[in-house]
Amino acid sequence: MKDEEKQCWFGAFFILHPSSFILSFGGLMAIWVNETTRVVVQGITGKEGTFHALKCREYGTRVVAGVTPGKGGIIHEGIPVFNTIREAVEKEGANTSLVFVPPAFAADAVLESVDAGLDLVVCVTEGVPTFDTLRVRTFMKGKKTRLIGPNCPGIISPGKSKVGIMPGHIHKEGRVGCISRSGTLTYEAVGQLTALGIGQSTCIGIGGDPIIGTGFIDALKAFNDDPETDAVVMIGEIGGSAEEEAADYIQAYFRKPVVGFVAGQTAPPGRRMGHAGAIISQGRGTAAEKMAKMKQSGIRVVQSPADIGTAVKEALVGVPTA
Amino acid sequence: MKIHEYQAKKILKQYGVKVPEGKVIESAAEAYEVAKKLGLPVAVKAQIHAGGRGKGGGIKLAKTPEEAESHARRMLGSRLVTPQTGAEGKQVRRLLIEKGQAIKKEYYLGIVIDRSQEKPVIMASSEGGVEIEEVASRSPELILKVHVDPSVGFLSFQARQLAFGLGLEPALAGRFGQFVAALYEAFRATDASLAEINPLILTVDGDFLALDAKMNFDDNALFRHPEIAELRDFEEEDPLEIQASRFGLNYIKLDGNVGCMVNGAGLAMATMDIIKLWGGSPANFLDVGGGASTEQVKNAFKILVADKNVKAVLINIFGGIMRCDIVANGVIQAVKDVGVQVPVVVRLEGTNVEQGRELLTSSGLNFQVASGMADAAQKVCAAAS
Repeated sequence: MKDEEKQCWFGAFFILHPSSFILSFGGLMAIWVNETTRVVVQGITGKEGTFHALKCREYGTRVVAGVTPGKGGIIHEGIPVFNTIREAVEKEGANTSLVFVPPAFAADAVLESVDAGLDLVVCVTEGVPTFDTLRVRTFMKGKKTRLIGPNCPGIISPGKSKVGIMPGHIHKEGRVGCISRSGTLTYEAVGQLTALGIGQSTCIGIGGDPIIGTGFIDALKAFNDDPETDAVVMIGEIGGSAEEEAADYIQAYFRKPVVGFVAGQTAPPGRRMGHAGAIISQGRGTAAEKMAKMKQSGIRVVQSPADIGTAVKEALVGVPTA
Repeated sequence: MKIHEYQAKKILKQYGVKVPEGKVIESAAEAYEVAKKLGLPVAVKAQIHAGGRGKGGGIKLAKTPEEAESHARRMLGSRLVTPQTGAEGKQVRRLLIEKGQAIKKEYYLGIVIDRSQEKPVIMASSEGGVEIEEVASRSPELILKVHVDPSVGFLSFQARQLAFGLGLEPALAGRFGQFVAALYEAFRATDASLAEINPLILTVDGDFLALDAKMNFDDNALFRHPEIAELRDFEEEDPLEIQASRFGLNYIKLDGNVGCMVNGAGLAMATMDIIKLWGGSPANFLDVGGGASTEQVKNAFKILVADKNVKAVLINIFGGIMRCDIVANGVIQAVKDVGVQVPVVVRLEGTNVEQGRELLTSSGLNFQVASGMADAAQKVCAAAS
């Protein structure tokens, strides 16, 4: 089939099966990504974009399009490439974007997807200037799009859809939600859960930057309402006060058990620990402070990162599954 | 990125923030001439990347050029210890000599990014010259805050809110507003993460001046501010950290004896934490990055073992996309090339973990292979003690 014909065919498919139509049936659980997720990869022709687009597709994610301005019209690894997000939406029914655009242009890429009205944008790019993300967040107010990241591994609903760079095979379909500011530390926690036979509903790496699209509370709200999630693992780190705010929310509204850990108990003040947002500044944002607050709010806080899995196992004892 | 006070003042001046007249010197002999030229009295201020300089004797007033010179002679080359430098202090290489000011009142003015509001926040207080954290814990009502919407910028009514909130008389409110607007513009235009004027002084002549100035910048935005990136003072940084940053490694030196090499910042912090829980003490934070190629592992090893305090090394890699057998080969190659003399504990997890462990065990090198983070921490702490 010629490229043009292929595009026409994809277009026809979309008209018959718009994702909103499928969603309206309901009954698809886990949060934010599932079988109806149709991914467009921004920066698909780059090395990282190509690699992860294929990994997502291997996992079973519907990677329906790519966008690289100036390369529209080509088929890259079997995926149609467009110049703009709007075309990817019109022709392939994309509803979610995965961004691998370099830091200087990442904010613009995110804004393009927000403007096109996508449901979800996952920005993996590390090194986006804070002011760029601030402008993105200001532009997004009142719009329907959810942003995850920047500087994050993405989101996965095991067995359904993977929109990110996490290794798919360490996950197991199940009923525990994970929210984390870190990448590999999330894999560590997921690895422990899977080894204990505990599967996950959705795992979200919210990102290590000071300003991020989706915070702990956004994810907690969604998990609270998700009948497929029985318990949540929340992994924080030093810097800011997102963990404290989440703890307040959990104490007031959250109906499921939460296991928590905060990385950086030994981090020195005033030093940025890898992530742009991981810094104890002016004596605030320490792990001790966060862990104490989380404990007070009823979260099962573990001191050791090696104990996350077993703590979840204990937390699940006696929890009725929906 | 941090810069010195004199550099911050130079930048602020470009944006219309008023600063005292002054000059940077690197030799005591210059102090005499500069003091004479500026007019007396003058302030002699040590330029180091740490606060609390006044408490450590790093800021002195001089009434005569001779006095300025003798302060300069004592400070230059000395190690200044302040509440923020640690016991070893920081070497003073430069001084800022500034014209003394007749102060009527001191204020605090600072701008940072408020993460939960997702906006820059301007903070002002009538408690100038005091650490703002101190004011925040003692009497938070004395700190006025306005949030700036990045789409419209700092607005006149917000300036009035601050000025009248501080109890300034109408005649001064306008001048104060101009000062804040200029500071905000400097903050925004340079992608700063902190701009702090403490104290901001009102002179007896009714002028607002930045008596001290501190600016930090967003490292992620330095690519579009080459002139600011150039202000980085390598002498203020640890030599191993500088070397690591050349390799593109995220490394922070600490004072323990267990060297750690980890992929990912969160896992790296968690690894330090678990070492501490097992009674050890981490020698560093080191994130080799997601890829963890042979070359990066080798570079990381060089940095780790260059720290003479390191008695044992823990490698903790969660091989996700990267296969553990490839990581293991990298580690083996690196140990062979670098010639590591201390015990090395390796914990691999993830894709192809069995092959990875097998490679390490059969390498003939003295690795201790651990399974799980707790086992790894226990082994490395035992090896280091």
